Amino acid sequence: MKKDILKHELVPDHVILSESEVSKVLKKIEAHPEQLPKIKTDDPVVKSIGAEEGDILEITRKSATAGKFVTYRRVHD
Amino acid sequence: MQETIEKVTKVVKKKRAQKIFTEQLIYEIAETVEKRDLDDKELDELVKKVKKSYDRAKVEDGEAVGTVAAQSVGEPGTQMTMRTFHYAGVAELNVTLGLPRLIEIVDARKKISTPTMAIYFEEEFRGDEEFVRTIANQIGKSTMNDIVQDFHVNYAEMNVVVELDMPKIEDKRLDFEDIINRVEKAFKKVKIDNNVLSFEPAKPSIRELRLLADKVRDLQISGVKNIGKVVIRKEEDEWVIHTEGSNLGAVLKMEGVDKVRTTTNDIHEVEKVLGIEAGRNAIIHEAQRTMDEQGLTVDVRHIMLVADMMSADGSIKSIGRHGISGEKASVLARASFEETGKHLLRASIRGEIDHLTGIIENIIIGQPIPLGTGSVGVLMKQKK
Repeated sequence: MKKDILKHELVPDHVILSESEVSKVLKKIEAHPEQLPKIKTDDPVVKSIGAEEGDILEITRKSATAGKFVTYRRVHD
Repeated sequence: MQETIEKVTKVVKKKRAQKIFTEQLIYEIAETVEKRDLDDKELDELVKKVKKSYDRAKVEDGEAVGTVAAQSVGEPGTQMTMRTFHYAGVAELNVTLGLPRLIEIVDARKKISTPTMAIYFEEEFRGDEEFVRTIANQIGKSTMNDIVQDFHVNYAEMNVVVELDMPKIEDKRLDFEDIINRVEKAFKKVKIDNNVLSFEPAKPSIRELRLLADKVRDLQISGVKNIGKVVIRKEEDEWVIHTEGSNLGAVLKMEGVDKVRTTTNDIHEVEKVLGIEAGRNAIIHEAQRTMDEQGLTVDVRHIMLVADMMSADGSIKSIGRHGISGEKASVLARASFEETGKHLLRASIRGEIDHLTGIIENIIIGQPIPLGTGSVGVLMKQKK
């Protein structure tokens, strides 16, 4: 059941970024981690992929205008 | 097609424009290349032209996108008010539509007026009417009243005698054992003789007996919590269940239910079960569906902006006093919106500081606003 929600059409792909990826991404988008949108630690997706507080998630959304859109969220409680 | 897409991607990379050429755009260009049979030189030219047009069409820095979004959603909203009352409902289920629904979405109501689900099934059960009907009866609410053949309140013997209608139970695909279990759980003084149940009140009084009769009638014998009526419909070769009321978490756990497409129109429930990103998608989807249904078109980008604002905090926040506008950092901005006295008083008690970084604050005190050309400042290097 826990993994099932990740397959739902409303749920985009969430990937936990490694530390080196995080610094690369932050440099690319010119932002501090605090400026990113948040995602709660008790979010069902966060729980099922096993992310922890402070992690940055890369979210690949299906977009009606761009086809694919990559965004980021910081895990926060 | 795949080859053409790769070719276009290569050209785009050469022009150093992969940042603005989204997947969709590349796909559309590749489609044109195939349709018009363009050669390499023409493709080069096309990519160059598209890049130029894209840059021109882009929203400029400092543009008031929020205001534009509000106006773009608000204007069609004015047309909705007049027409909404004529639409009562779709088919057998009544669903809130039009302006009331749109308000519900942006207000992020916890309790929406007509929650409803669309339950789909996994591939092997899609055409299986028998299976779908069984599930529908497990999900939909049935009470004792739906399956009695004879209901008799006996004042002489001080009991309620219920004769269950076995063919009806069969027809509803309910489990007799399960019904008996539920009855025994709910009532202590009950005698069971095959399909005839007799209930005795706790105290032998007429009042108690009548109350008991009502209680027996209303005993729920099947159904998922919060779900009422169900409607089974055939939509293009597959059976779909529509419900009145919603419980996404429980339904997704059921066997045979499609875990990919089954949804609800309750945004808070989507957020709770599937996470904030799914909640964001649900807002966009519901808002757009409401507009489409009324024959109005709003660019998705405006709705996406609204959904982004509402979900930026990790939970769904409403637009307005209790959500985004009420949580602005600036005292003056909050005071100018609603409940002016409350905000000013609280700010003075706490000793809040207004950094005057927003637009409203600067309008109030008569300074240039940080918007459009006003959002640019001058930074000078000190001479050493």
